[in-house]
Amino acid sequence: MSQTLNASSLLAVPMAPLVGALLAGIFGTQFGGNWIGRRLTHTLTILGVLIAFILSASTLKSVAIDGARFNETLYTWMEVGGLKMEVGFMVDGLTAMMMCVVTFVSLMVHIYTIGYMDEDEGYNRFFAYISLFTFSMLMLVMSNNMLQLFFGWEAVGLVSYLLIGFWYNKPTAIFANMKAFLVNRVGDFGFILGIGLIAAYAGTLNYTEAFAKANELSALTLPGTSWMLVTVICICLFIGAMGKSAQFPLHVWLPDSMEGPTPISALIHAATMVTAGIFMVARMSPLFELSETALNFIMIIGAITALFMGFLGIIQNDIKRVVAYSTLSQLGYMTVALGASAYSVAVFHLMTHAFFKALLFLGAGSVIMGMHHNQDIRYMGGVRKYMPITWITSLLGSLALIGTPLFSGFYSKDSIIEAVHESHLAAAGFANFAVLAGVFVTAFYSFRMYFLVFHGKERYDQNPDAHHGHHDDHHDDHASHLPHESPWVVTVPLILLAIPSVVIGYMTIGPMLFGEFFKDAIFVDGEKHHAMHELANAFHGPVAMALHAVSTAPFWLALAGVVVAWYMYLINPAVPAAIGRALRPLVVLLENKYYMDWINENILARGARALGNGLWKVGDRTLIDGLLVNGSWKLVGIVSAWTRKLQTGYLYHYALVMILGIFLLMTYFVWLNK
Amino acid sequence: MTLTLGHYLSLGAMLFALAVIGIFLNRKNLIVLLMAIELMLLAVNMNFVAFSHYLGDMHGQVFVFFILTVAAAESAIGLAILVLLFRNMNSINVDELDSLKG
Repeated sequence: MSQTLNASSLLAVPMAPLVGALLAGIFGTQFGGNWIGRRLTHTLTILGVLIAFILSASTLKSVAIDGARFNETLYTWMEVGGLKMEVGFMVDGLTAMMMCVVTFVSLMVHIYTIGYMDEDEGYNRFFAYISLFTFSMLMLVMSNNMLQLFFGWEAVGLVSYLLIGFWYNKPTAIFANMKAFLVNRVGDFGFILGIGLIAAYAGTLNYTEAFAKANELSALTLPGTSWMLVTVICICLFIGAMGKSAQFPLHVWLPDSMEGPTPISALIHAATMVTAGIFMVARMSPLFELSETALNFIMIIGAITALFMGFLGIIQNDIKRVVAYSTLSQLGYMTVALGASAYSVAVFHLMTHAFFKALLFLGAGSVIMGMHHNQDIRYMGGVRKYMPITWITSLLGSLALIGTPLFSGFYSKDSIIEAVHESHLAAAGFANFAVLAGVFVTAFYSFRMYFLVFHGKERYDQNPDAHHGHHDDHHDDHASHLPHESPWVVTVPLILLAIPSVVIGYMTIGPMLFGEFFKDAIFVDGEKHHAMHELANAFHGPVAMALHAVSTAPFWLALAGVVVAWYMYLINPAVPAAIGRALRPLVVLLENKYYMDWINENILARGARALGNGLWKVGDRTLIDGLLVNGSWKLVGIVSAWTRKLQTGYLYHYALVMILGIFLLMTYFVWLNK
Repeated sequence: MTLTLGHYLSLGAMLFALAVIGIFLNRKNLIVLLMAIELMLLAVNMNFVAFSHYLGDMHGQVFVFFILTVAAAESAIGLAILVLLFRNMNSINVDELDSLKG
């Protein structure tokens, strides 16, 4: 391992956005007296992220080309017993790739925000938050121990909460951010249990040290049960990933998080934060490899998420929600790949997805701006004439998403499908079906949205809400109903994101999946899980893969999805309505999102409240207040009321008691105690 | 009939029992109470003297003098308290003296 990376330049990567966030957050807001204006705020924060991006890119270069690695502890926070709590960085292929993705998408979103949030009062606050997010996410991915991972994990959760509720005057936004926070607590609870188990049994929080003990751990069982310790650890950790990466049944917060401004939907709720769970599982691959049960569990959860969340995307009418459900479904794909032990494929899809999903979200945001804050795709149509750059980039993003050969999404998604196909886990059959069906569903909802937004008749004047609500629009003249192309700060990030969305898969599939790039970052037990091996055997270069794809099912399923969407939404719009009428119960089920919210609110939340009420009334008021607190003073009162009657105050009573006492003691000592 | 140690001890026990009964059957006069205590000490003295004589040990009689001295001092203090009590309460009736209760 050559050590060519230096600590201070790595430290600068997360610190630059942090400094930007602090400057913007303290001096750019009312809190610090509005010292710095809008222009300076966005310059400072963009500069911070730009520095981070440049340093990340150079790190990636030295990791990929010179084979440099870094794994050091920079600061010991405290030592408790034998357990060290440290801050340190571990840089290998996985980290370097994540650093670049995070900083690049973040940079694009920063630039985009200048245009998108132009007229918002919280402009400076927004920049402070997204820079803070970049810092947190970098701390998460660069960490060399689980405590720092957890710190980053919680910090990104916090920023996500702040940003979903960015428009804090909107009750729905407050509801959504509370929901996101609470659902994530459920996941984090599992996550910290997993970390705690590792700390308890491996005695360390450091990745390298913990993984070195992986084989010892695999021999243990959880005390008092016959469960394998490593299975319990992995499932606990994965529950954390389920919360953060919005896997069924903890996915409910992600669609609601669309209440936040669009740039953060792109950055946090599509490209980076939600993939933290995928990253974490890939990072912990030496542990997950030991537990067949956990991998099966992961695969099932991923398959359910991939397929069923895709269905929900079909019936959504809010442009951002369609993309949100698409994100859920794609996260499901990544999770399935993790389950199939194809960690590098999952991370590869994470990367390609980050680019094209950020692109789609920013494209959606651009459309929303162009449509004067109308988000309902039923009242769009024909936008391509007015917003050519947004149109082209969104088309490229959609093509990448559905897995068109040669596009980035194709390489990652096809590899996932192939990996699941080769997997021999018990859950692989169902997962295989789910990911294949998911291809059709993905193509269908993506192009349903694409056709409704960019093609077809213009339906701008049919929106019943068009005249109320958003009076903060750019123009108020008569032409305002027509869409308009967004300013350059919006379109440039779109173009810059479209480039990797198209080419990154072609360029990196070789080294990332079958080369040495992830060799020491991701561990796969080749004897038990040979999916990656089979993939490598079948791989003969990216072009051959694309050519081969034309003769396989996923390609035709995707094509079928596009054609069906084209027919149903452009040629014959009566068809969807007819199908909707025929399958009314199904549509109702989908419209209610499988009643997950209903279950959460009515069974879980109400159950928890009933439990709390019961505990309050029985446990707190009756037992603790009634019996223990008030009961004890009442008991003392009763006892003393009795004993005070013994105190007569007559001398001869006291004397009698004294004499009787002597008599009893004498009896005891003289006769009984012989 | 010769006098044995048992006779003396019985006399001591009787005197003592008399004194005890005197303490808690007495409902009227505090002076009777003091006298009963005095009687108790005399009963003890009786035992001391009897044991001293029959065991041939002079220490017992030395103790008797101590007890007599202490008893004299004690009744002097007791009577002094009694006088003060009567001045304050205008009564030495035992049944009325219940200010010891809380």
